[in-house]
Amino acid sequence: MLDTARTRNYINAEYGVMSWLLTRDHKRIALLYLGSITTFFALGGLFAVAIRLELLTPAGDLVQSETYNKLFTMHGVIMVFFFLIPSIPATLGNFLIPIMIGAKDLAFPKLNLLSWYIYMIGGTFTMWAVISGGVDTGWTFYTPYSSAVSNTHVVATALGVFITGFSSILTGLNFIVTIHRMRAPGMTWFRMPLFVWSHYATSLIMVLGTPVIAITVLLVFAERVLKLCIFDAACGGDPVLFQHLFWFYSHPAVYIMVLPGMGVISELVAAFSRKNVFGYSFVAFASLAIAVLGFLVWGHHMFVSSQSVYAGMIFSILSFMVGIPSAVKVFNWTATLYKGSISWEAPMLYAFGFIGLFTIGGLTGLFLATLGLDVHVHDTYFIVAHFHYIMVGGTIMAYLGGLHYWWPKITGRLYPEGWAKFAALVVFVGFNLTFFPQFIVGYLGMPRRYHAYPEEFQVLNVMSSAGASILGVGYLIPLVYFFWSMRYGPRSGANPWGAKGLEWDIASPPITENFVETPVVTEGAYAYTHGRMNVV
Amino acid sequence: MSSAQTGTSAAHAHHPAQAHHFDSLEQQQEASTLGMWVFLANEVMFFGGLLMAYLVYRTWHPDAFAAGSAHLDIPLGAINTAVLIFSSLTMALAVHAAQTSWRRGQIVFILLTIALGTTFLVIKGFEYADKFTHHLVPGPHFEWPDEKLRAPVQMFYSLYFALTGLHALHMVVGIGIMLWLLWMARRGRFSAQYYSPVEVSGLYWHFVDIVWIFLFPLLYLIGAHVRHV
Repeated sequence: MLDTARTRNYINAEYGVMSWLLTRDHKRIALLYLGSITTFFALGGLFAVAIRLELLTPAGDLVQSETYNKLFTMHGVIMVFFFLIPSIPATLGNFLIPIMIGAKDLAFPKLNLLSWYIYMIGGTFTMWAVISGGVDTGWTFYTPYSSAVSNTHVVATALGVFITGFSSILTGLNFIVTIHRMRAPGMTWFRMPLFVWSHYATSLIMVLGTPVIAITVLLVFAERVLKLCIFDAACGGDPVLFQHLFWFYSHPAVYIMVLPGMGVISELVAAFSRKNVFGYSFVAFASLAIAVLGFLVWGHHMFVSSQSVYAGMIFSILSFMVGIPSAVKVFNWTATLYKGSISWEAPMLYAFGFIGLFTIGGLTGLFLATLGLDVHVHDTYFIVAHFHYIMVGGTIMAYLGGLHYWWPKITGRLYPEGWAKFAALVVFVGFNLTFFPQFIVGYLGMPRRYHAYPEEFQVLNVMSSAGASILGVGYLIPLVYFFWSMRYGPRSGANPWGAKGLEWDIASPPITENFVETPVVTEGAYAYTHGRMNVV
Repeated sequence: MSSAQTGTSAAHAHHPAQAHHFDSLEQQQEASTLGMWVFLANEVMFFGGLLMAYLVYRTWHPDAFAAGSAHLDIPLGAINTAVLIFSSLTMALAVHAAQTSWRRGQIVFILLTIALGTTFLVIKGFEYADKFTHHLVPGPHFEWPDEKLRAPVQMFYSLYFALTGLHALHMVVGIGIMLWLLWMARRGRFSAQYYSPVEVSGLYWHFVDIVWIFLFPLLYLIGAHVRHV
């Protein structure tokens, strides 16, 4: 890092641990998040390794069933609440939203730092639960098992999830206020990059959905610790009410994970095909439509839990409707490619990966929204495969693509392009080998959440475990070369991609205040109409 | 912070309360106000989840909920309602005093708001103590004469304590904020140019009052209380 001292930037503005722990700079806070969520991702990944090792053989021979329950629970809790939900918003969103709209920082910098600390405190509670013996309820904490039966560390985990929720709420609040109040002169709503639009929609879900899971897990906590009667059928309560409240947040939470990814993909597709995003305003409004419809479909998680058939039909229809704005996005990205000047750098490979895998994940979502079919595949590996196509094939693909694309801006250094392309292919192959067989094995009837299975499913499970090891290698390669590039990567210059957008007009890495002077915006986000720009 | 960077933003004199990343104090105040409204939307959903549970269970067990409700103290609840509404008035007057740079008024009205909020909590404390002595607190010591209604009445009291407890917690936070405002007001920090901390804290205070305005009829008034009047 010695030679970065030649120019002033946010990394060398101050030195020392305290300058990071007490920073209010959104870019430094984004890096704090980047480090912490990568750690949680690795930890969640270790649990996945144990799961896939157990499932290599039909017999439950590696771990006992109780241990297996804890493994998939902690894999789910850590990956959902401590990796996927904060992943893109807290890192790329935090870093880029103020820059993309021409602001010096988020509206509430101290709140932004506070949200990282809250995240870490929640993570500490969860880690404590993991180390002191784990929790076995599944990441869904269904009652009455979680409130009355399980004797594992439900309380600590629930508190961890409750606390971390506030970090998500504060991030969403900060984004909404920033986007409303901090835009530079000329940065009208319809000149904003689609990345910002999708984060706006995400923030709405964070602010309106997260408090509902907060009160729900708080009630489970109150049942266990304070002996209140809320979901307990012995008091005339309804365990299914817990499921309603839980999914009221946890279904929209899927859109907290995937909407920011869609924002990243819009940026990547435009930048690497040198075109304005086709139907910009449709893509922007599709984000809002997904956020709104996402609140109305929670019942499709409960088709087989005593919900009335009429409610099931309504939820089924509404779930199908989410397919419309999602398809608008996929079609518009594809139309953007048409006659574009497409280049195949690593971020674009991830974008193509996202579009393909998200399409498969989305279409299988329609299978699951179909009442009759859902009864057949409910709680099988089909649904495991479906949501991993959305969460891993969608969100993580977009996250990695975005990280590669903006890496030169974040660090001022280039990553090795050849290795990056190779890693993108390894991730794509490994991912499909891991999860496509799970569609088949689930359709054939293998239930989720068991550590043993009939012998006829072994071939598909071995394929899945083999794919998981390839996927693991695919994640390790970028980890290595990103660390390498921080020290040895060639300098990138301000705009290595020749891309449009305010973030590419400023230095790499940016100065603490982002802009020397507040920019005045005179054109839309993707003004690529003059053909390919000179690549620096 | 290097001198090169502070130099870029110090083009002209700013109000001391203006943060470096805002272009003007007005933009900063607009951001604070919007931030509080967004936070309150979040709070609505937080209480909303619990109120939904209350409404569902009330519909399922109308008799038990009416019987449980009959043991709540309407006069104390009504006094508390009046106390809170009056505290909203003093809060609004404190905001007005800030907007008109009237320092003495800020201090007096914030102190009155704190006093009224504390009165509410003390009365609530007496109500809670009464529930403890009559074994109406959910858990192993809960007692109810009618064996058939025992379980659902216990659920009513679970929801009663969850709702009023969370509300009381918000009151405690609100009083904490008021103490901070008092400290700032004594140092003369609020004026017609800069009053947004008082204003947004006022929004929060009014919100907590409104939650009670919903809780009082839902928990105390509707149902079989008619026969007590």
